[in-house]
Amino acid sequence: MSSDAKHAADHGRGHDHAHDHQDPKWYSPARWLFSTNHKDIGTLYLVFALIAGVVGFVFSGFMRAELAEPGLQLFNGTAFGGFFGNEHNYNVITTMHGLIMIFFMVMPALIGGFGNWFVPLMIGAPDMAMPRMNNISFWLVPVSFFLLILSMFVPGPPGDNGFGGGWVLYPPLSGTTGHPGLAMDLVIFSLHLAGMSSILGAINFIVTILNMRAPGMTLHKMPLFAWSVLVTAFLLVLALPVLAGALTMLLTDRNFGSKFFEVAGGGDPVMFQHLFWFFGHPEVYIMILPGFGIVSHVISTFSKKPVFGYLGMAYAMVSIGVIGFIVWAHHMYTVGMDVNLKAYFVAATMIIAVPTGIKIFSWIATMWGGSIEFKVPMLWAIGFIFLFTVGGVTGVVLANAGVDHSLHDTYYVVAHFHYVLSLGAVFTLFCGWYYWFEKMWGVKYNGMIAGAHFWLMFIGSNLIFFPQHFLGMQGMPRRYVDYTPAFEQWHQWSTYGYWIAAAATIVFFIGLVEAMVRRRKAEANPWGEGATTLEWTLSSPPPFHQYNDLPRVR
Amino acid sequence: MLRGAWKLGVLGAASLAAAGHAWATPTPGGIDFQTPATETARRVQAFHFEVLIIITVITALVTALLIWVMIRYNRKASPTPKKFSHNTVVEIVWTVLPVLILVWIAKGSFPLLYEQDVMFNGEQVAEEQVVDIKVYGNMWYWDYTYNQNTDQEFVVESRMLRAGDADRPLDTARGDIPQLSVDYPMVAPVGRHVRLKITARDVIHSWAMPQFALKVDAVPGRLNQLWFKVDQPGIYYGQCSELCGKDHSNMPIELWILPQQQYDQWLVAAQADPANGGRAYLDSLPRPGVTQLAAAE
Repeated sequence: MSSDAKHAADHGRGHDHAHDHQDPKWYSPARWLFSTNHKDIGTLYLVFALIAGVVGFVFSGFMRAELAEPGLQLFNGTAFGGFFGNEHNYNVITTMHGLIMIFFMVMPALIGGFGNWFVPLMIGAPDMAMPRMNNISFWLVPVSFFLLILSMFVPGPPGDNGFGGGWVLYPPLSGTTGHPGLAMDLVIFSLHLAGMSSILGAINFIVTILNMRAPGMTLHKMPLFAWSVLVTAFLLVLALPVLAGALTMLLTDRNFGSKFFEVAGGGDPVMFQHLFWFFGHPEVYIMILPGFGIVSHVISTFSKKPVFGYLGMAYAMVSIGVIGFIVWAHHMYTVGMDVNLKAYFVAATMIIAVPTGIKIFSWIATMWGGSIEFKVPMLWAIGFIFLFTVGGVTGVVLANAGVDHSLHDTYYVVAHFHYVLSLGAVFTLFCGWYYWFEKMWGVKYNGMIAGAHFWLMFIGSNLIFFPQHFLGMQGMPRRYVDYTPAFEQWHQWSTYGYWIAAAATIVFFIGLVEAMVRRRKAEANPWGEGATTLEWTLSSPPPFHQYNDLPRVR
Repeated sequence: MLRGAWKLGVLGAASLAAAGHAWATPTPGGIDFQTPATETARRVQAFHFEVLIIITVITALVTALLIWVMIRYNRKASPTPKKFSHNTVVEIVWTVLPVLILVWIAKGSFPLLYEQDVMFNGEQVAEEQVVDIKVYGNMWYWDYTYNQNTDQEFVVESRMLRAGDADRPLDTARGDIPQLSVDYPMVAPVGRHVRLKITARDVIHSWAMPQFALKVDAVPGRLNQLWFKVDQPGIYYGQCSELCGKDHSNMPIELWILPQQQYDQWLVAAQADPANGGRAYLDSLPRPGVTQLAAAE
């Protein structure tokens, strides 16, 4: 400890040797296992999210291959020596794809990764408020992921392995009626751990942001990314305990004879849906809000203009967060709710379009009158605005219960939420990745490769998901392993899109390897005058400990 | 009796042929809703079309603005950035205008919702005029109870046809559609107020009928209601719409909407032998939709 203190004292602000001989070596296992450094933990989160993201992406490839034509291609018990199993295993793959992408890719990358890396840097803090808690927050995630993957290989329903009840985990399918085996219990444990990790992480962010801002940085001067993580952290702290409660009730229903969700004992399966979506709807904002923050910085940086309507932007996120808690049952229009209750949820849901619209228009107004440079992060940001608009307006359609009765649980919904998440959250993720690439890794990426990555991804993901609107309109239900031949055409297009997106992913990794091999020296601020937040005042990569003299904000 | 059935069959052929495109199932390459078959479905689709226009205009507006700023304010066209970051008037406009648009959407949305959810859209229908059918979702088939709570009550179980089945294999030449056709379909009369009571025996399922713009979950321990009144006789298809396990994709809904006389005939036939669900009678009816379906494939 005393050597740590001395070590810290030796390092002034602006110190630009990242890998000083006193810093732990990158290959030292202790540096990563016992890390309390927010940047190292951020890196761990990002590496983990990359790995989990590849797993989730490969799973979606299995789905697209299966759905390329009618009939059973992969999940027929015999293909590839029966490797893929049967229709149940298709359900397992869709379930795992959802859970992995949400809990082990988007959340770890945007909140754990970029949040840990850049919230302290942007608010001028030396580290997170509770560095050891930060360590456990991360290390719970791989354990949780291990349990989830393990669940695929233990009995679920009679005769089959794994849990195939969808990421929403509705009982009685997730109860002993549908999945008596251990698989569902492992999923519950996995999500409990992931939830604990997120709650601890969220508490850490709230404490850090509220207490450790540099002198002079009032909340109303705080960068929007920090704002977005603050709102996200509050959503996590309020929403996840509800999920934990619902999961615990499910666990006791399954194992200890309680009857919370079992009709035969006076329980109600719909109660689970209410609890789940009370968590689940804020969860979708948890996934997109940090991206909103990233996009604001990128748009401002490459337009060389301050963010338009800063306060409006910050409070739009706050209001999205607040309203996000009172709209949950729009996921449940078909369960048989009272019509007046449905009417309320229609109204509340549509209101969210207002703050979201404010954000979209404010981003465009930020670009208006600017001097725009089309660097790679900016491409992702502009792409995001367009795609998020498309995903947002179909949300307005779905908000209307009268129409949703037709579209609920069809591919229209799949298209909608992939436009806001797969093409929304993931685009912001790559936006942040390229924006901060030099800052994090100390080397430059290759602009040509990164540009190719963007264009392939933009074309591929649109080709995957736009035709799915048509499928949904025609009535193609979600979570179907097989379909009537009339749906074939758009499914084929969708699968072609997947191959383009797969090529994009390969290009992404080529770009990563190329940057690692070439090692072009990074600049402290490669983006010039437009990049005004504090992280650009530090070297790239930043020193192991930064801001030993706190920066002052005027 | 048999001759009578044959005659009715001819009558039915005429009425079914008149139905025209009421057989629209999912069409290859289709990008729109399936053809509506009830007044409610028509209103749903009309309302959706209005909203579709609004969202298309909004998306086009955002796209146009993006393209404009990319052309007008790129580094070459605009070397020195302006420094403004506020404009109260535009901020008020882009807050108030969306609110007004949403209010306008809500104005159309709420009546539609109540039309679907309030029984018979508030119309007073004498109880004896209502056709009641009870629907159970099961892993993985539907069953339909007719003449409920009378001494003529009977249950028809409805399972998807598969190519390899022994008793009634899928036969596209006959007009069967893969993944949609069933062995013993649900049957209801045309032009009558039909009320479904829907529940499930094991896990949650969802009874959906796209051409009627209907979908309601079959939840164990709950009785959900919905209603429809179909204008044209025909065969309508839906699919289970709540993940219910391994064979979720394999429990479609096939609904024959018959003229009243044929419906009555079918009721008698099916009640006599529920295990065969009046299939022989249904097979005796001509299926003018067959050719259209074959053409669609």
